[in-house]
Amino acid sequence: MRETMPIHTWQVLRDRIVQFLIYASVLLISAVFIWILADLVRGGFAHLSWEFLTESPRDAGRAGGIASILVSTLLILLVAVLTAVPIAWTTAILLAEFVAVDSAFGKAVRFSLHVLAGVPSIVFGLFGNAFFSVYLGLGFSILSGGLTLACMLLPILASTAEAGLRTVPNAYRMSASALGLTRTAALVHLILPAAAPVLAAGLLLGIGRALAETAALLFTSGYVDRMPDSLLDSGRALALHIFDLSMNVPGGDMPAYASALVLVSLLLCINILAMKFAHGLQRRKIMT
Amino acid sequence: MILSERNTLFRLILIDKLLIGILRAGAMLAALVMLLILFFLVDESWPVLSKLSIVRFIDDASWHPLEGAYNLMPMLSGTVLTSVGALLLTIPLSLASALFIVFYAPIHLATLYKRLIELLSGIPSVVFGFWGLTTLVPLINQWNPPGASLLAAILVLTMMILPTVTLTAYTALAAVPEELLRNAAALGLSRWGMIKGVALPAAKTGIAAGIILAAARALGETMAVLMVAGNVVQYPETLFDPVRTLAANIALETAYAMGDHRAVLFVSGLLLMLLVMVLSGMAGLLEKQRHA
Repeated sequence: MRETMPIHTWQVLRDRIVQFLIYASVLLISAVFIWILADLVRGGFAHLSWEFLTESPRDAGRAGGIASILVSTLLILLVAVLTAVPIAWTTAILLAEFVAVDSAFGKAVRFSLHVLAGVPSIVFGLFGNAFFSVYLGLGFSILSGGLTLACMLLPILASTAEAGLRTVPNAYRMSASALGLTRTAALVHLILPAAAPVLAAGLLLGIGRALAETAALLFTSGYVDRMPDSLLDSGRALALHIFDLSMNVPGGDMPAYASALVLVSLLLCINILAMKFAHGLQRRKIMT
Repeated sequence: MILSERNTLFRLILIDKLLIGILRAGAMLAALVMLLILFFLVDESWPVLSKLSIVRFIDDASWHPLEGAYNLMPMLSGTVLTSVGALLLTIPLSLASALFIVFYAPIHLATLYKRLIELLSGIPSVVFGFWGLTTLVPLINQWNPPGASLLAAILVLTMMILPTVTLTAYTALAAVPEELLRNAAALGLSRWGMIKGVALPAAKTGIAAGIILAAARALGETMAVLMVAGNVVQYPETLFDPVRTLAANIALETAYAMGDHRAVLFVSGLLLMLLVMVLSGMAGLLEKQRHA
């Protein structure tokens, strides 16, 4: 009895210490997160105005706004999403609905997407430069930047869509088949609508990833900060604008803060919306 | 009548066939992208790979690409040091966060904290880099100049990979069967005894897979490291020395590189990609083990 007592108090003490360490780390992480956000808001809010959003940059971005940069970003995003979504979603539908899980073709496609998901973004940039800009002759353009991003988005879009399609209960497919629906009809009228929230969540995640991307665009979409005339013009994305202002433009800190604030607010909105969609799905899964 | 019925049926089957054809074409295209990337990386680095021996990348005097000295080792060491440093910091912090969410926090706080971590994972690397450059680097500079250093890179990378490790560790811990934990509690184990003796061992493959994935991300991370690491090609002697990583080197020099120099940059891209592929293959194996 006399021997077990100290062990017990030692255990209590140990539990307390561990608990303290865990709470301390959580506090530290939360504090750093709030520190970053507060820094961005404090640095950027004063510079942020309607004019900042609607004027084009002047004097290498020190003055003026980010209008042309927002337009370029939007165009790059559009090219990327419009290219990646059809390919990724057809792949996901094939993998989830039409191919057995252990078929060789399905395995090969899944493996290739898995590897693609791990490729660092700078390597996408190298590839985009070699293939789209040089080999296909698109040069430094919004088109080659967007296509490079589309390659990056493929695995994210395909894996979220496949996961979403797999959450649709099998009873749907059997009922459709019992009613004599063709697989196309079942897919279009039943399965895709049921999986729509997850598809939307995946799409939003993909858009968020594309908006945040810098390294893949460095040598594909280029640095030019004027308003793009066509998709073959070079255009500077918002993330790249922040990079350029902070690294290459002395005195560019204020507009860089404001641009970072715009980018982070956009991303927070997109990610919260994506969480909402995914959350709705989880709730429904629990209810049925 | 019968004929027309047959006709519609035939048409419907045709549509199904057509759909599968379209889907297959899409999937082929998706699988092709990977091959295309590999092909172009190898194709662009071939002039150097076929001409120079591999030893040159280890044995050359230094990295002076314009004079034909292509030693990649200082940058490889930069990449490895920043990644290992970030992992050493991330692992305890992330485990603490995941344990907090699963075992310590009341449910509302747990959800809130998990949201926070998810939002942290959505902050772009260039913003982390910018924050590091304007806040962290001056702070380190006051303490021990020049500021832009291995330490700054490690700290920024830590924040970037922390969400990955936390969220995978959380998933693994949450998947530990409830009855194991109940049994442990019934045996009179203390909370930490239960976590250390039951929960962590049961979740260890999932946690390890998350750590390996994070390592892969850290190796390939470019912008944030580029902005805070100082980018001097050297073997760092202390935490306060500037370093250059492989990825940062590619980002810095590809814009003006020509000929062999450009090919060597593609070689380093290829190297980076192979490293990451090995790591993500390992993570995939671990995941498979867990589900088997």
